[in-house]
Amino acid sequence: MDKSGHSQHISQQYNEELEDVKRSLLEMGGRVEELLAEALAGIREGDSGIAEEVLKNDEPINQMESYIDEECARILARRQPAASDLRLVLAITRVSTDLERIGDEAGKIARQTIELSEAGRAPGGYTEIQHMGTSVRGMLHDALDAFARLDEELALTVARQDKQVDKYYGSAMRVVVSLMMEDPRGLSKMLNIMWALRSLERIGDHARNIAEHVIYLVKGKDVRHVGLKEMAKHVKK
Amino acid sequence: MDVSTEKEICLEVRGLNLFYGKDTQALKDIDMYVTKQRVTAFIGPSGCGKSSLLRCFNRMNDLVDGCRVEGQILMDGVDIYNKQVDPARLRRRIGMVFQKPNPFPKSIYENVAYGLRIQGVNKKRVLDEVVEKSLQDAALWDEVKDRLHDSALGLSGGQQQRLVIARTIAIEPEVLLLDEPASALDPISTLKIEELIYELKSRYTIIIVTHNMQQAARVSEFTAFMYLGELIEFGNTDKIFTNPTKKQTEDYITGRYG
Repeated sequence: MDKSGHSQHISQQYNEELEDVKRSLLEMGGRVEELLAEALAGIREGDSGIAEEVLKNDEPINQMESYIDEECARILARRQPAASDLRLVLAITRVSTDLERIGDEAGKIARQTIELSEAGRAPGGYTEIQHMGTSVRGMLHDALDAFARLDEELALTVARQDKQVDKYYGSAMRVVVSLMMEDPRGLSKMLNIMWALRSLERIGDHARNIAEHVIYLVKGKDVRHVGLKEMAKHVKK
Repeated sequence: MDVSTEKEICLEVRGLNLFYGKDTQALKDIDMYVTKQRVTAFIGPSGCGKSSLLRCFNRMNDLVDGCRVEGQILMDGVDIYNKQVDPARLRRRIGMVFQKPNPFPKSIYENVAYGLRIQGVNKKRVLDEVVEKSLQDAALWDEVKDRLHDSALGLSGGQQQRLVIARTIAIEPEVLLLDEPASALDPISTLKIEELIYELKSRYTIIIVTHNMQQAARVSEFTAFMYLGELIEFGNTDKIFTNPTKKQTEDYITGRYG
């Protein structure tokens, strides 16, 4: 597609509508990035105060998703977008759904933090959380960047990173299990760590989804259910 | 041009050029196919040549002074511009419906029977049968069956257009050329015409020229986008409207500055 953006329509108002909903989505993305950073800081510090903040801040994100959805429905009904405009509107609704889910996962991490702050620090697993956290934060950031710049190459990089994250998740789980066996009294706390890791792995999946929506937007190819090799082929085409 | 040919080709256009007078070239080197029993839509801005191309298929341009056609249009392997082809006979195989409904100032019945009468068919039983069947196929029968001998001019615009379609299909053509068939109609009549196109394509090959891009998207399997006398892009309608290959097509269907 032409990357000069969605601002060349004869109807100035249409340009503004598309720009507005795109801006709202990127703003939502920024909020979700912040929320994830906060959730990670919370579990690292064992600070239930930060975790409560996270839970509170998830609500406006849900509202943003509803707003973006309504705007997209309105544009579909009134403008009947075609070609890259149509793909933009579809991609925006899909990305906003993934962002909202990432917000929910950040909320789940915050809940583990609150439980841990009552039960005391877990015997381990924090390094793994930080490591995975850094990776998925980077993925989310790059996925949103790829969307803003219509950069399908960057999107492909994000999809590749998800594979790494999944692999790391497997080894982190083994660490958690061995810690559970070593110290059965810390079991419930290790479960909290495990859930947090699980949420991070899910966030990686959602970041990958966002990257796939970017490739759909730019290339017009649905790459949601194809392997990385196939995806790379579509990107290079 | 990537058109899947799961059905037979009905018409094949080869290197078609069309000139009006000495200086004006209305069509430039058009190559395309029209698939049997499918709907092919021509879209493009005013003056792009889509109606000129449509008119080439039944040699309506022959009637224009100073009009010259180069290249070929093959139907069943025969160039329709071949000297041996009789234009009147060709137009019986390739019927046309225009933008403004043009019923004859006769009764509804006589409008539909007209084509058969000029072919010399006068048996009432045969005519009755064809009139009923054609009106039914044109989804008009229920609305007019009790007033077949009233003037056709008393019908609404949408009904008149369906009457014209009934008149066209009464002589059983193979191809229907529709030149903006719904642009003078209200939205409900437009939907009825579109529904009718959907019904008719099981038996006819349909080519439609339309300014309404959503209409092209709704009714056609194949879309040709034309600009300044050239065929810019031709392909499956789904592809053209979700992921066109050419920037000019994209700009046109998304309403950008061309």
